[in-house]
Amino acid sequence: MMRSVLGSALGLVIAALTFGAVHTAVAADTTNPEADAKAFRKFFTDKFPKVKFDDFVNGPYSMDEGLYQQWKEKEEFPPYEFALDMGKELFAKPFKNGKTFADCFPNKGIGIRQNYPYFDEKQGKVVTLELAINQCLESNGEKPYSYTKDEMAAVTAYMAFTSRGKPFDIKIPNDPRALAAYENGKKYFYTRRGQLNFSCASCHVQSPGERIRAEVLAPAIGILNAMPIYRSEWGGMGTISRRFTSCNSQVRGVPLNPQDDEYRDVEYYLSYVSNGLPISGPGARP
Amino acid sequence: MRILISALATTMLIAAVAPALAASTEADYKAAYAAAESANNEAGKLRNQWTTAVSALSAAKKAAEAGDFDKATAEAKKSEQLSKAAIFQTNEQKENWKQMEIR
Ligand code: HEC
Repeated sequence: MMRSVLGSALGLVIAALTFGAVHTAVAADTTNPEADAKAFRKFFTDKFPKVKFDDFVNGPYSMDEGLYQQWKEKEEFPPYEFALDMGKELFAKPFKNGKTFADCFPNKGIGIRQNYPYFDEKQGKVVTLELAINQCLESNGEKPYSYTKDEMAAVTAYMAFTSRGKPFDIKIPNDPRALAAYENGKKYFYTRRGQLNFSCASCHVQSPGERIRAEVLAPAIGILNAMPIYRSEWGGMGTISRRFTSCNSQVRGVPLNPQDDEYRDVEYYLSYVSNGLPISGPGARP
Repeated sequence: MRILISALATTMLIAAVAPALAASTEADYKAAYAAAESANNEAGKLRNQWTTAVSALSAAKKAAEAGDFDKATAEAKKSEQLSKAAIFQTNEQKENWKQMEIR
């Protein structure tokens, strides 16, 4: 199904959108993250009654029994092992000033992945783990990592690994800016974009479990718990930033810059509505 | 998926690039390119550029450099239409994104 939609959409040489105004009354808006999270969870548990709740964190593997078997086998010789080793080493390696990552994070950076992203009231913005890692490097006079390359994937992999099993615990402080960031992330998630006119939700809410080319689409709930991930197609690890930008390109939209407001905010939204689901990263994908 | 298909069907209209009746001049190309570039910049400000608009823009430039102003003009016009569609999409989605929301 997905394939045919994509196929025909891809066939468009030029698409002009003529929107015969679709008017659907939308209820008056009051942002209520708690109610959102409840509805989100209900949507996916109703849609996939056979999937054990915690299994949603396994993305495409939760959607298909054959794949689930593959995943179990993969976990015995996980392809992200080398990234974990590299991450552990980078994490412990002193900066030029003698400090390490441990000096930048609560609990020395161990077992804290589930608390990211958080809304930083001093900076007035959402801080993701990837951003916090680069802020740590920069504040210690080091060069920041590329958001889409191996070092960032390795350090986030290690930090996720030390947090495995801990449920996402994303907080929205009582600060109108935090609520606005959450709302902005939600809006980004549901907004159609690119020539294919898809939103994130077109794929990860309306079509999880369906195949798009050779891949099985992951459900939006728990979609960040396994990050970063190893993918055979990438021949390596990918960070959250890398995944978001490639999902944008897939709909023929020009990706934003990694860690732009929209991306940090959508990460905030998706992590919040996955509260309670355990961190399982790093992950491996076919 | 049904919803998607019908949404795509009702919201997307295929506009064939009108074949140039008369040969295009460098001036035609320059005008078309300027219009395409400005639409592309506007889509960029709206944070919703389409990759196809961007690649048509560079195809236009390449064709012009090779002296093929028919092709260059056609590509620039195509790019402009794509960017205009992107701008339209952005404005349309300002409120309509809520239709897909899980609530
Ligand atoms: C055209 C369909 C499509 C759209 C639209 C799309 N994605 Fe994806 N996404 C994919 C595919 C395909 C994969 C790889 C298979 C999978 O894991 O779902 C993927 C994977 C992901 C993953 C990793 C999941 C995992 O467990 O491996 C995340 C996170 C993600 N997408 C987030 C997003 C966000 C955020 C958006 C909107 C900015 C988005 N996607 C839009 C197709 C899409």
